[in-house]
Amino acid sequence: MQLIECPWCGPREEVEFSYGGQAHVPYPDTPGELTDEEWARYVFFRDNTRGRFAERWHHSAGCRRWFNAIRDTATYRFERVYRLDEPRPVTP
Amino acid sequence: MTSPFRTAEGGRIDRATTLEFTFDGQTHTGHPGDTLASALLAAGRHQIATSIALGRPRGVAAAWAEDPGGLVQVEEPFPEPMLLATTVELSDGLVAHGLPGQGRLAEVADSARYDGVHHHVDVLVVGAGPAGLAAALTAARSGARVALVDEQSEAGGSLLGGADRLDDAPAMRWVAAAVAELAAHPEVLHLQRTTAFGSYDDGFVLALERRTDHLGTAAPKQVSRQRVWRLRARSVVVATGAHERPVVFADNDRPGTMLAGAARTFLHRYGVLPGRQAVVFTTNDSAYDAALDLHGAGVRVEAVVDARPAGSPQRREACERAGIPVLPGAVVVGTRGVERVTHALVAPFADGEVGAASPIACDLLLVSGGWNPAVHLFSQARGRLVYDETLGAFLPGEELDGLSVTGAAAGVLDLAGCLVDGQRVARAALSALAVEPAGEDRLPTAPEEVVPAAPLVLWRVPDTSGAEGTTSFVDLQRDATVADIARAVGAGLRSIEHIKRYTTIGTAHDQGKTSGVLTSGITAELLGVPVQDTGTTTFRPPYTPVAFAALAGRDRGRLFDPERVTALHDWHVVAGAVFEDVGQWKRPRYYPRPGEDMAAAVLRECAAARTGVGILDGSTLGKIDVQGPDAAVLLDRLYTNMISSLKVGSVRYGVMCGVDGMVIDDGTVLRLAEDRFLLLTTTGGAAKILDWMEEWAQTEWPDLRVHCTSVTEQWVTFPVVGPRSRDVIGAVFPQVDVSNEAFPFMTWRDTILDGVPVRLARISFSGELAFEVYVNPWYGVAVWERLLEAGRPHGITPYGTETMHVLRAEKGYPIIGQDTDGTVTPHDLGMAWAVSKKKPDFIGKRSFARPANQDPLRKQLVGLLPVDGQTVLPEGSQIVDFLADGRLPPPPVPMLGHVTSSYRSAELARPFALALVKGGRSRIGDTLHVPVDGALVPVEVTGSVLVDPEGARRDG
Ligand SMILES: [Zn+2]
Repeated sequence: MQLIECPWCGPREEVEFSYGGQAHVPYPDTPGELTDEEWARYVFFRDNTRGRFAERWHHSAGCRRWFNAIRDTATYRFERVYRLDEPRPVTP
Repeated sequence: MTSPFRTAEGGRIDRATTLEFTFDGQTHTGHPGDTLASALLAAGRHQIATSIALGRPRGVAAAWAEDPGGLVQVEEPFPEPMLLATTVELSDGLVAHGLPGQGRLAEVADSARYDGVHHHVDVLVVGAGPAGLAAALTAARSGARVALVDEQSEAGGSLLGGADRLDDAPAMRWVAAAVAELAAHPEVLHLQRTTAFGSYDDGFVLALERRTDHLGTAAPKQVSRQRVWRLRARSVVVATGAHERPVVFADNDRPGTMLAGAARTFLHRYGVLPGRQAVVFTTNDSAYDAALDLHGAGVRVEAVVDARPAGSPQRREACERAGIPVLPGAVVVGTRGVERVTHALVAPFADGEVGAASPIACDLLLVSGGWNPAVHLFSQARGRLVYDETLGAFLPGEELDGLSVTGAAAGVLDLAGCLVDGQRVARAALSALAVEPAGEDRLPTAPEEVVPAAPLVLWRVPDTSGAEGTTSFVDLQRDATVADIARAVGAGLRSIEHIKRYTTIGTAHDQGKTSGVLTSGITAELLGVPVQDTGTTTFRPPYTPVAFAALAGRDRGRLFDPERVTALHDWHVVAGAVFEDVGQWKRPRYYPRPGEDMAAAVLRECAAARTGVGILDGSTLGKIDVQGPDAAVLLDRLYTNMISSLKVGSVRYGVMCGVDGMVIDDGTVLRLAEDRFLLLTTTGGAAKILDWMEEWAQTEWPDLRVHCTSVTEQWVTFPVVGPRSRDVIGAVFPQVDVSNEAFPFMTWRDTILDGVPVRLARISFSGELAFEVYVNPWYGVAVWERLLEAGRPHGITPYGTETMHVLRAEKGYPIIGQDTDGTVTPHDLGMAWAVSKKKPDFIGKRSFARPANQDPLRKQLVGLLPVDGQTVLPEGSQIVDFLADGRLPPPPVPMLGHVTSSYRSAELARPFALALVKGGRSRIGDTLHVPVDGALVPVEVTGSVLVDPEGARRDG
């Protein structure tokens, strides 16, 4: 069971967190102006990266705040976490 | 019974105390400090059981958890199957018998306690042998927080089973001093009888402590029998030692055949001679210690059979001095005997070829094929293993963050080396944690050891018996042989994982502790590839078997899952309610009167609500308080309908959808103030909807000034339902004008009852005139009883969830999650009226325009009336249509949909159902068919609202 570093609480047990899928997929500004295909991409399509992946996490059984993380999907390792108002870190 | 094989003195047993036990119906004696295996060996008994598939006699083949032979069932003090005689500590009154591979679970409930503890440390050391003790001492002396766990009954590891010396004294004296020193450090937790069985991410290690098993029937009841330690360490030091590896030869499973190191352990630790006449077969120098020690204890060692062409030049002289014949360049090719080995068949061995065999009489055949480092915890933590050609074993092949391996587990096989390595690894771990090691950190002095002669890696001896490998056992627990591996390879299998599954090697309850590496080696030999390429199968927790009861700990029975009850729970119990579980909530389902079954009670409760007045404990309803200047903005974006136009004092029904346009919850919204709303969600949806709102507020619209919080448990909720409900509410709250004009449908009012604030709302989940009463749970029972009192002249009837469901279904009100399944839009439910056309956007809106959501054949919610007026359609039943000619279509019969809710209706005086049916609304008036118990029940499709479709009743 991993320790996950909540940006607000520090390292906590994995079971306190829930997963929120790919990060940096903003809700479109004007959904009504999107084609069906563009809208379907927002609703249904996500990257399926092997390796570093920017994800949303929720400290659901803790402070209940959302945050973002860079995690390696092959090793499960969290490389870093960052707040929602921080830009996506530049990863090598 | 006597113990003829007990030595006159020595061993770590308490000879002053005698324990009596029964094995296979025979009474024996032993001493505290014995295991069941050592006590049986002391009595001269080697055979423990017969094997699972072939029924061959099997005996004690090792001294601890790696033993593949001595499987037993314990009957007293409590029935427990599949234990090893070598790991069962002897207790007075123990009753056990040998097992042919399969045991029997107790038929009575386990009355023992099990519990769990979380513990956090800087350094966790697993294993209290020389390397582990050295590491633990170094870590403890630095002041770090340390845990030391070890699976044996006392610390010492390999030193328990040897005659080593440290600082010119018996090594166990140093062990005792180390244990005493650790006990003096306040930050050190030292646990014996504690097996670290699983190693996970970030220094998380699970360990099982056996707290009372060794006390047998004298175990105190108030102490938990076993405890699971959930250890989180910043640094883990694995000092788990090594398992001796056998060599495979024909008939290598006869009782009396034992690992050489195990015989030493039985001698030194338990004061037991495992035989009187021994042959020692080895490929390395370590077995010479066993030969010499047993000789010293009076065992006649007939020969040391050394597979190496030159044997061991280093050990030759000691053997000559003792008069032990050494046969270099020789192997054991087979054995004789049935229940006990009588002869070892010894043959010359050179360049892989075996010569003619001759028998040597013996009652004990010791075997050593080298040592397998116990890398289990390292491998479980995803450490990569590499094959070491010299040792013929797999070693840790990389550095892991926060987990290091030391001592024999890292391939260091000499005592001085283990001590130095333990200290080195602990210092490295401390340095990684930025902890200074203590200035004074002395290691004991070990006597100089001669460098051993290089071992020979030999997996198996060629089978000259004519049995073609079918009696050359690799995995004794599975009766799997060299022939089985050959058959697997012959069938084309190459991967060691496939060979494991094909042969079942390593899948028994010892998980291949002795057979795993042998299988890799033999497979590599048969395939003609390097052992590194074959690799090992994956090491998975648990290292040794762990009872489910221990893993469950206290989370059993009533403590398995929290039970949530409302403030009225005790009242419901007294009223004789039958409860149902709704999530974690206990809710009254119905209140049967004497002689009533559920159907009768529900018909009575429904009739009361439709014709008089009923009352429900609706306290489990989810309640979310939404506050802030932008509260209305957030709700407009999340609900399909307009919330911002709601007036303070009013209530609106609302639907929430996912971005895909599918309904996720529904409920009502009370506007409490310009900047404050109370949301009522379904009982099951309460937590999920709060999560959903917070997710959007935090991740997409952090600019919105709004906060959401659950107030589910801050209010009890009592719907008072039926044409007489106004009389009841008017009587209890005389200061409230309950007329339709002053208090219209879908509004709420605050009032005070005896100084206690109460909120009333005209919300109806039944279609009837209804008032919901909200009050602080402290006053829940008092208000409930006032309502009952005022309702008595009108026959007020408490009703449960079943009646609530019937009433709402008669009105076509869907239950999200029962009448919907995540593929249903508001339009499918016939709720286009709840979808705003004015709002430019809300979650789900854009998806409604997707072509799939325009399909006229989408499943829609409709009502079904069984034509016979009798059948209650089972929920989940499929719905089929006949062909134009009235015949059932040929299989596979196309399904039109399914029944989502189905009840008997008092109001309709017949059963009815709700269903999702393809193009359902266009089929109203049609007859469809529902297969029930092999017959096709004709049903008429109706609109979803079966009672009061005009809505005439809601105002009374
Ligand atoms: Zn947090």
